[in-house]
Amino acid sequence: MKEKNKKITVSGTCAGCPIGIIAKTVLESIDNPIVVANATGCMEVTTTIYPNTSWKVPYIHSVFANAGATISGVETAYKALLKKNKIKEKKPVKFVAFGGDGGTYDIGLQSLSGALEREHDFLYVCYDNGAYMNTGNQRSGATPWGASTETTPIGKESIGKDVKRKDLMSIVAGHHIKYCATANVAFLDDFKRKVKKAFLTKGPSFILVFSPCPNQWKFVSHKTIEVGKLATKTNFWPLYEIIDGEYKINFIPKSKVKIEEFLKIQGRFSHIFKRKDKDKLIKDIQNKVNQDWERVRDLEETRVRV
Amino acid sequence: MLNKNKKVALTGGFAVGEAINQINPDVMAVYPITPQTPIVEYFSKKVVDGKADTEIIQVESEHSAMSACIGASAAGARTMTASASQGIMYMMEVLPVASAMRLPIVMAVANRAISGPINIHCDHSDAMAMRDTGWIQIFSENAQEAYDNTLIVMKLAEKVLLPATVNLDGFILSHSVENLEILADGKIYDFIGEYQASQQLLDFKNPKTFGPVALPDSYFEFRKQIYDAMEKVRDEFNKVTKDFGKISGREYQKIETYKIDEAETVIVAIGSTCGTIKSVVDKMRAQGKRVGLLKIRLFRPFPYIEVKKVLEKIKRVVVMDRNLAFGTQQILAGEIQKSLEREVESVVYGLGGRDIYEKDIERIFLGKEIGDKGQFFLM
Repeated sequence: MKEKNKKITVSGTCAGCPIGIIAKTVLESIDNPIVVANATGCMEVTTTIYPNTSWKVPYIHSVFANAGATISGVETAYKALLKKNKIKEKKPVKFVAFGGDGGTYDIGLQSLSGALEREHDFLYVCYDNGAYMNTGNQRSGATPWGASTETTPIGKESIGKDVKRKDLMSIVAGHHIKYCATANVAFLDDFKRKVKKAFLTKGPSFILVFSPCPNQWKFVSHKTIEVGKLATKTNFWPLYEIIDGEYKINFIPKSKVKIEEFLKIQGRFSHIFKRKDKDKLIKDIQNKVNQDWERVRDLEETRVRV
Repeated sequence: MLNKNKKVALTGGFAVGEAINQINPDVMAVYPITPQTPIVEYFSKKVVDGKADTEIIQVESEHSAMSACIGASAAGARTMTASASQGIMYMMEVLPVASAMRLPIVMAVANRAISGPINIHCDHSDAMAMRDTGWIQIFSENAQEAYDNTLIVMKLAEKVLLPATVNLDGFILSHSVENLEILADGKIYDFIGEYQASQQLLDFKNPKTFGPVALPDSYFEFRKQIYDAMEKVRDEFNKVTKDFGKISGREYQKIETYKIDEAETVIVAIGSTCGTIKSVVDKMRAQGKRVGLLKIRLFRPFPYIEVKKVLEKIKRVVVMDRNLAFGTQQILAGEIQKSLEREVESVVYGLGGRDIYEKDIERIFLGKEIGDKGQFFLM
C-alpha cells in the first residue's frame, strides 16, 4: 500500500509488540471510511502522544472503561446526522472499537455488553495480551492459570495466578450477536478474513485477537510470531468463529503440540519448570487446555446454537 | 408543533422534558434514576410519538450515558442527557473528559442526596460534587426557570464549547406541578439555531485524534484552555440571557436579588428554597424587618463580582448550603466569603430532603439557634 493511503503508522510500541500490526490489519481490511474508538491501554498510549498521532483516520479515546459506550455514541450520532443530511461522506462509514484485555474482560465489560445488546453497527476488537501491560504486568481476567504477574507473583505459597481466565467468547456469544471470532496475530490471513467478515456483518461483531507481549511474557522480541503460532498449535488459543450462534473451528493442528512447548519459551511460566511438582502442574495445565478445546470442538460437532 | 407561546401546568421534570423536546437534539442518552426519570420518560414519549426525531441511546449505566454523549457530541451531534445523585457520581470519571474535549453537552440534573446512606430526596450534594469538572452549572428556583435554563444553557454551551448542567431540585421541582409558559417552537429554533460543530470526529478529509495523551509539556495548556473557556462564560451568559429576554420577556441575571434595599440581613441561597425565602422576606418586611434574599442562579462560573456588588454593604450575610462539606467550610458559604473577603454566617439545611419551613427561615433571619462556630444544622 502506498504511503499516502496508509491509515495508521505505529512506531511507539515496545520491540516485538504486535499491536501496530493488529490495528493496521483491521483498518486496512476494508476501503470504507472508518472511525476508531479506543480504550486506554497500550494501543492508545503508544499511538497518540500529543502533538503526534499514528492514526490517519478519525480516532477518539476517552477513558479506560468506555470504548463500547463511546463507539455507541459515535455510531448513533452518525445515524442521526445521516437522517438530517449532515454527513458529507458518501460511502457507508464503519465503526471499530479497540480495547486490551483489561479494558474488555474487566473494566470495560459492562460498556461492551451494553453496546452489543443495543445492536449498534460496529466491530469490537480486543487485543489480548493477558494482563495489564500498560501499567507493567498486573493480572487481569484474561491472565492464564499459572502465569506470574506483578500482582500474582510467584513465591513460597504461590505458583502465579491460581484461578483460570474468563471465557470472554462465551460471554460475548451470550449476547447472540451475528458474528464473533477468535484470531491470532500469528495467523494474519485468517485474522484479515475475519475482520472483513465482521465489517460486512450488520449490527455488532466481535474479534478476540491473541497479542503476545515480549516484554512481560518474557521472550525475545523476534519470537512474537513463534509464540503466537505455538498458542494455536497447542490448542491454548483455538481459532474459531461463532456465526449466528454456530461454532466453526478454523484451524486444527496437524500434529498436536504439547502445551509444554508454549509454556517453556515464556519467562512468565518459567517458575513452573523449576518446581518439584512440575510434571503434575504441566499435566494440570494440559488437562485444562484439552478441556477448553474439547468444549469448543463439541459445540462445533453437535452444532448446538449458543 | 407549537406556533405560539402557551401557558401550561407541568411538573419541573416534564417542563425540562418539554424544553428538550423543543430543542430536538440529535442524540440523547437515557438511563433511569430517581428523581430524574420523569425527564427522560416524558421526552422518550415525545420521540415515539414523532414529536422529536432524536436518536435515543438506552444505555446500561450513567458512566456509559456520559461516555456515549461524549462520542456523539465529538461526532458533531447536538447531544443531551439527564441524571442525578449516584448517576452523577457514577459518571464522574468522564465528566472532565467532556469539558476537556470542549463538547457542548447539556445535562439536566434533578438534584438529589448522595449515598450513604442511600436517600432519594433533594439536596445539592450531586451538583456540588461535580462543581470543578469544567461544566457550566445553572440552578432553577421553579419549573419556569428549569424550562428557561435548559434553553439558555444549550445556547451558552455551544457558544463557549463547554458542557453545561441545568439543576432543578429533585421532587420539590421535578415532581411538583406548576404553571409556566412554554415558548413557540419557532422562537426556540431562532434562539438556539442549527448546530454546527466546529471540530468534528466524522470529518474524513481531515481526520482528527480526539483525546490524545498529553505529557507534562502540553497537559497544563489543555487544562488552561478549559479555564479560559469558563471565564468566557461570564460575558457570554449576559449576551445569551439578553437574547433570551427578547424571545421570552424573561431576562435573567447570574444572580437575583429580592428586597435587598436597605437590608440589614441577607440570606444567600440556591434553588427552590429561594421561593420560600421570598415569602418569608415579604412577611418580615411587612413587620418592618430589614431582610432580603440573594439567589445564586449561575454557580459555575461563580459570579464573584456581581455578588460582591450586592452584598458589600450588607451588615449581616447568612449563606444557606443544601450540602455538607467535611473538614472545610461549606461550599456556597466559601464562595460568598471569597466574593466579600470577609466572614459570613453559614447554615446547612435540608439534607436528604428534610423539609424547610418558613418558621425555620425566619429563625435564621433572626439569628436564632446559630451555634458557636456559626454553623447551623436544621433539626
